[in-house]
Amino acid sequence: MGILRTFALGGIHPAENKLSSNIPIETIPVPKQAIVPLGQNLGAPSKPIVKKGDMVKVGQLLAEAGGFISTPIHSPVSGKVFKIDNAIDSTGYKRPSIIINVEGDEWDESIDNTTDIVSEITLDSKQIIEKIKNAGIVGMGGATFPTYVKLMPPQGKVAEYLIINGVECEPYLTADHRLMLEKGQEIIIGTHILMKALNVKKAFIGIENNKPDAINHMMKLVKSYDDIEVQTLKVQYPQGGEKQLIKASVNREVPSGKLPIEVGCVVQNVGTAFAVYEAVQKNKPLIDRIVTVTGKAIKRPSNFLTRIGTPISQLIEAAEGLPGNTGKIIGGGPMMGKAITSLDVPIVKGSSGVLLMKKEESSRSIESPCIRCSKCTYVCPMGLEPYLLSKASKLSNFEMAENESIMDCIECGSCQYACPASIPLLDYLRLGKLKVGQIIRNRGKN
Amino acid sequence: MDKFTVSGSPHIHGDESTKKIMYGVVIAMIPTMLFSIYFFGVDAIRVFLIAIIASLFFEWVIQKYLIRGPLTINDGSALVTAILLALNLPSNLPSWMIIIGALVAIGMAKMSFGGLGKNVFNPALVARVFLLVSFPVQMTSWPKPTPITDGLSDVITGATPLGILKESLDAGKTISELTPELPTYTQGLMGEMGGSMGEVSALALILGGIYMLWRKIISWHIPVSMLLTVAIFSGIFWGVDPEHYADPIFHMLTGGMLLGAIFMATDMVTSPMTKGGQLVFGFGVGLLTILIRMWGAYPEGVSFAILLMNSTVPLINKGFKPRRFGKN
Repeated sequence: MGILRTFALGGIHPAENKLSSNIPIETIPVPKQAIVPLGQNLGAPSKPIVKKGDMVKVGQLLAEAGGFISTPIHSPVSGKVFKIDNAIDSTGYKRPSIIINVEGDEWDESIDNTTDIVSEITLDSKQIIEKIKNAGIVGMGGATFPTYVKLMPPQGKVAEYLIINGVECEPYLTADHRLMLEKGQEIIIGTHILMKALNVKKAFIGIENNKPDAINHMMKLVKSYDDIEVQTLKVQYPQGGEKQLIKASVNREVPSGKLPIEVGCVVQNVGTAFAVYEAVQKNKPLIDRIVTVTGKAIKRPSNFLTRIGTPISQLIEAAEGLPGNTGKIIGGGPMMGKAITSLDVPIVKGSSGVLLMKKEESSRSIESPCIRCSKCTYVCPMGLEPYLLSKASKLSNFEMAENESIMDCIECGSCQYACPASIPLLDYLRLGKLKVGQIIRNRGKN
Repeated sequence: MDKFTVSGSPHIHGDESTKKIMYGVVIAMIPTMLFSIYFFGVDAIRVFLIAIIASLFFEWVIQKYLIRGPLTINDGSALVTAILLALNLPSNLPSWMIIIGALVAIGMAKMSFGGLGKNVFNPALVARVFLLVSFPVQMTSWPKPTPITDGLSDVITGATPLGILKESLDAGKTISELTPELPTYTQGLMGEMGGSMGEVSALALILGGIYMLWRKIISWHIPVSMLLTVAIFSGIFWGVDPEHYADPIFHMLTGGMLLGAIFMATDMVTSPMTKGGQLVFGFGVGLLTILIRMWGAYPEGVSFAILLMNSTVPLINKGFKPRRFGKN
């Protein structure tokens, strides 16, 4: 094998800890009560159309899109709407949610709830996009950007390549890995659907070479198609970042401040491709997803097919309980995931994993002075100088932060991971991005 | 209800720490320390001990009573400075001068700037130069290295190869007349020549350098660009007039060239942040060194060259940015 493809700037290689990569996907029972937050996509939250006391079926519309960049939400369970009230979500805040008391598991009749594979794509591009929009599909890798928006390039921009993201570069997470192994055929059909929607002639599926079984499986599946190519990528974090993956896959660089479509690319996660398959071929809206439940202390690291709205406490029970020395619970992976405040937090469309960290892994080391070792600069995949940006933020010199391209930061955390002085660089960078973002928006108003 | 830690991502950290880096540098200096003890015997041990004890003491006192910050004498940085300082001194330097050196390095060059990470100049070099201009006689009378295996003999002092070169060339001699007085390449590599404790064995320094490269404590950019500049520049003059200019290998093996290139110019705190900037920095150090060696008043120029280039680091950092993704 020659030199494997990867992105050019920076990058780190944290311990992979893919504890659950050999554990098949397991369906866990529907919860007794589902908590369905209204804000599950990047953009405007959805608007509820049901009210307290309504009876709903699985797949029935609960809330409609609340704006152009927004998605509808469907009921992941059947039962009675208990209330529409604020409930704690993964942000740690109480946010409006539809809470449903589950009764049975009755599905909407229009949904094909079988595992039979439907390969023939009958809909045209417009119909596909409409279907994806109505099914409430968002980016399943965690960004939760509404998928249909990405399928409608702005005037004058043409998509040339579809890139399917099977990188899963976050340590611990294996949801995408298992999905490729177990639902590969559906992902390929989903890819073809997305290609038809975008009218592109070529798709790449990028997979890091720490998943040789998934690479072999997907390669076998695409053998008969010359419009889809599986690419083996060198393991390097954050290769799953859109811009890094495009660089690795087709060697194009998305200009600063622009979207992938600028270089003719659209990136979709394998989980999204699978959700697209289910929506278009089986008429099934996005009501469940694969969630990795993992951690060094957990008895049974698992990959669960989970309904949206299931509290994470139930997933942890299914993985044989919360270890006594749990110090931190993370929604997502250890590099970009969010620390969760309560076990009542529900699984949402963007939940890729639940990671339990031991007490001794949970706290940060004490910060010491910067020794100007440049490691943050060497590992930054965007070519930024995190030491300088964090200093600018700390001193509220937001003009400097902006000039030094703070808005290009993708918040991958590589700088903070690499910092020998344990400086919380990304905390400062997030603050700086927030402030600079406000300054830029205010500038637009004047 | 359980209480869980909540903090921003990332939730994992690499295994590098300031302490590990500092002690990594200490490990890299061990071969050089051993060689200097081999050549200079008990006196070398005395210099190391005094430099280390004095440096740690000054760091502790200043932090406890002047800065009143958290005590960090075990982070290894003062130890690194102490050993580097010792390696920059002749083994017969009076103990009280070593203590003054430690005070200058820790107190003046490091702590007065705000402590670890904030100093502009390499502390050990500031102390060396301070001692050199304050006590020129003691700082330039070099004991000739005599392996301890040869038994105890009277200490003979003599000039460094660079000193001999400078003096003799100024007196109108030619290189071929000097050859018997200068060390052979093998002697230079092994360290059988006069000089500071850490300047004598090129081999030991290179070993340390390889270790630091492997541990990713330093990158190749500064040493390679510095040495290449010296090689090319001295090579040109040597090629034109080998009777009045020493050859590049002589320049590499003598004086503080390798000690400077491997341990001093690569100091993280006082060198540029980007690879491009480091190449420029190395070039500057190399050029200034050779200019001083060839035409300056002092026979050796590495310390001055590094300190001068230290002062340009903020400017270099401004001029040399990493390549930004998505910006041409």
